[in-house]
Amino acid sequence: MTKKINLTIDGIQVTADEGTTILSAARKLNIHVPTLCYHEDLCVAGNCRVCVVEQEKVRTLPASCATPVSEGMVIHTNSGKVRLARKHIVELLLSEHNADCTKCYKNGNCELQSLASQMLTGDHMFLDLVPDHHYTIDMFNSAIIKDDSRCIRCQRCVRTCEELQSVSALGVAYRGNHMKISTFFEHPLFEVVCTNCGQCVNRCPTGALIERNYVDQVWDAIYDPSKHVVVQTAPAVRIALGEALGMPPGKIVTGKMVSAMKRLGFDSVLDTDFTADLTIIEEGHELLERLKRSLVDRDPKVALPMATSCSPGWIKFLEHTFPELLPNLSSCKSPQQMFGALVKTYYAQKRKLDPRNVVSVSIMPCTAKKFEADRPEMRSSGYKDVDYVLTTRELAIMISQAGLDFNMLPDEPFDNIMGTSTGAGIIFGTTGGVMEAALRTVYELVTGREVPFEGLNITPVRGTEGEVRETSVKITKPKAEFRFLDGIEIRCVVANGLAYAKKVMQKVKDGKANYHFIEIMACPGGCLGGGGQPIPTNKEIRLKRKQAIYAEDMGMPLRKSHDNPEVKELYKDFLGKPLGHKSHELLHTHYTPRKRY
Amino acid sequence: MSESKLKRVDLIFGEYSSAKYKVLADTLKRSNEEILEDLMESGLKGRGGAGFPTAMKWKLAAEAQAKQKFVICNADEGEPGTFKDREILSRVPRKVFSGMAICGKVIGATRGYIYLRGEYQFLLADLERELDQYHENIRILGFDFPIEIKLGSGAYICGEESALFESMEGNRGEPRNKPPYPTTNGYMNQPTVINNVETFVNVVMIMRLGPIQFKLLGTTDSRGSKVFSVSGDTPIPGIYELELGMPLDKFVEEFGDGDTKAVQVGGASGFCVPRKKFKETVIGFEGVPTGGSMMLFNSSRSMYNVLHNYLEFFEEESCGQCTPCRVGCQQLRKGIVAVKKGNKKAQYLDQLMKLSESMKITAKCGLGQSVANSFSSIVYNFKEEMIY
Repeated sequence: MTKKINLTIDGIQVTADEGTTILSAARKLNIHVPTLCYHEDLCVAGNCRVCVVEQEKVRTLPASCATPVSEGMVIHTNSGKVRLARKHIVELLLSEHNADCTKCYKNGNCELQSLASQMLTGDHMFLDLVPDHHYTIDMFNSAIIKDDSRCIRCQRCVRTCEELQSVSALGVAYRGNHMKISTFFEHPLFEVVCTNCGQCVNRCPTGALIERNYVDQVWDAIYDPSKHVVVQTAPAVRIALGEALGMPPGKIVTGKMVSAMKRLGFDSVLDTDFTADLTIIEEGHELLERLKRSLVDRDPKVALPMATSCSPGWIKFLEHTFPELLPNLSSCKSPQQMFGALVKTYYAQKRKLDPRNVVSVSIMPCTAKKFEADRPEMRSSGYKDVDYVLTTRELAIMISQAGLDFNMLPDEPFDNIMGTSTGAGIIFGTTGGVMEAALRTVYELVTGREVPFEGLNITPVRGTEGEVRETSVKITKPKAEFRFLDGIEIRCVVANGLAYAKKVMQKVKDGKANYHFIEIMACPGGCLGGGGQPIPTNKEIRLKRKQAIYAEDMGMPLRKSHDNPEVKELYKDFLGKPLGHKSHELLHTHYTPRKRY
Repeated sequence: MSESKLKRVDLIFGEYSSAKYKVLADTLKRSNEEILEDLMESGLKGRGGAGFPTAMKWKLAAEAQAKQKFVICNADEGEPGTFKDREILSRVPRKVFSGMAICGKVIGATRGYIYLRGEYQFLLADLERELDQYHENIRILGFDFPIEIKLGSGAYICGEESALFESMEGNRGEPRNKPPYPTTNGYMNQPTVINNVETFVNVVMIMRLGPIQFKLLGTTDSRGSKVFSVSGDTPIPGIYELELGMPLDKFVEEFGDGDTKAVQVGGASGFCVPRKKFKETVIGFEGVPTGGSMMLFNSSRSMYNVLHNYLEFFEEESCGQCTPCRVGCQQLRKGIVAVKKGNKKAQYLDQLMKLSESMKITAKCGLGQSVANSFSSIVYNFKEEMIY
């Protein structure tokens, strides 16, 4: 049993578990101690010093986020000494910070700004140090912009990049007044191992790390009468968008979101879930094809296990970190890019549009999708398949700009064509979702029967954060053409967060893994915890979003990708068959080995 | 020179015992409890500047449960105006190694490390040679406690114990949050005793002479002697071993050039004592503590320039992770420039004084908490020099 510690905070006697911090003990009492470098997802740094409190009989003010409770300690969170110290610290941060708030993308959603207003820091207590620092802005990346003049050196980004993602693209360089957050030899982000996952963007308390936003470009396209603007929305957007518009976490706002986008002026509001279903068909067949080549043809060149390829942060990570394992990646494009390729071919044909005049926009919980859309290989329609990628946050900005009262909007359905989806497509938004959707389809494809799980809920793959989840599904009595799979256990592994992805792939590289199928999502919790999701995102919020995704899946009339009538129609009218010629041309891609720094 | 000379002591640099590593050999025969008791009795406090009781530190580490423990000798002597560890390491390295080995025995450590200041690389070859002899000798004694030297890379902050561990582990030299303390979570997260070079030598001398003899030197709060690095406006700069607890006026009388207006005690992170306070100031843990640096300034010196120089040093040598130290140092230095130039009113100094007080209580590490000492003591005592 954990030892209990008795202490007093602001005159209130409390008991806390040994090892808990003063900060969490205070929060349990609903005493709000301001913080800045502290983030629930990350290890404690204790470097901003905003959360200092006074401890009786101790000369210094301990940082409450970093100091464990101890027996008999008497804490004051709001003494005069504490108040002045905190004000000094915030003033110091402001003196080093480009506080040109009206020109900042994070204006109104900045933790430093709200601390400053709370502490009434209007009097410019100290000298402005910004002109003495030669701050630079790295704006050469298609997904993330890094503006050092707005950085307060809290190192949340550094900790995120190293701990959660094991990427370490960002690190601390120099010391003293020259200390800054930088990259390998200060190369721009696009030249280093950065995966564009945007987890740093999601945790940056100021505007130092932001997504490259395309809000104005999208408005321009909407206002251009010669353009037909198509928008697709990823599964994880509909369960998080509400948060950015004043709703509590975990609210499903699919109908309102569609209705808002129609009001914004998009010509057609469609669903990425449709191509998520399509991905399952293609990827499922690819897996079976690889299994057949391996088990029946004994082809030594076939790469197994096969890994999912929906998460662009994960793909770039693999390209940098394990380039020798690139053949293991499914050649399927991500749902976003499949959608983009089809919009300017299939959709344009069906709607009798000139693809030149079609603008394809996607709303994603992700910043890496911006980079993905800019990849040179993502032009198989003959045009840029996806013209603009907006994050969930950018869509929320557009909705606010348009003056829509989001809460009061009616629910509306997606447009057609390419607006129909199944529950399998929706769960792409959470870790384990692609695996579950694939198993629902592959098992049925092979055996002719539904997966043997109650209510189609394959709970063993529904991983949680901070773990690598392994499971297997046994194939019995397959159809004649899949007899080679009789009695075989399809061994699956699911991981989220690149730190865990690295563990899985290291095992594969070392030959210590006997998996068949690997699902990786770059972000903690999967897309629902993506870098483009509303800020804040933390463990508790991710859990609520996850519950919402599974609820949305349960509420769908169709729950298996291969039941999607529009997907069937697509194959009949346009693609022919899975892994066919047209599929290869439009829906599959290749990868590029990259450097390790 | 007058007759009232300060008492010179010859503990640290005194001659080695007749047989090589005799004190170590004798001490190894004693029980850990006895050794700790002697240390406790001697009242020895750490010589790095902070003055933590050495026996207490060793006891905590001895009580900590772990498979592996370490002894580290902090030889990252980076405080401006301090150069005594260099001298100790080049003149009596054997005493340092013996002190570390005794500590290793007491706390049950498996290895010792000397973290040598990068700029002291020239000592390395001699020390390595001396270490070979040490290893040879402890082999004969049947005692297993290898000592290795790790070289720093020139960052002042790595003299802070937890930053030093980080540096040794191959990480960026940044102080850690405390607690936990090194005695339970030090190098490689294992129980570690980290002491200054001089502290280890003191241990050896206590073992050789006994705690009673040691206690005869110094005062109740500051037992023993201390090696001082005397520099600045003095006709006799150099290294002197003196009794602790001396009044500053006696010191100035002996080392000053007759026109001393201030003494900076404890280096750039220490305190500036003006002439009018020489008499009442005691050098020791009950008064103004020092890691050994004594810088004398005569009336030809501008205290503004002195302070500006210190702040410039800290501006660059702060590790940069915590706000009060990183930004505070910049504000203090630029602030005094602004006042001097007339861009800010003299009252701005009061604002900066308040800031310096906040820095002292909010910075993450001991260094960050002490960077403002020189500012507050110089500005308080020499305000007119800051303004005009």
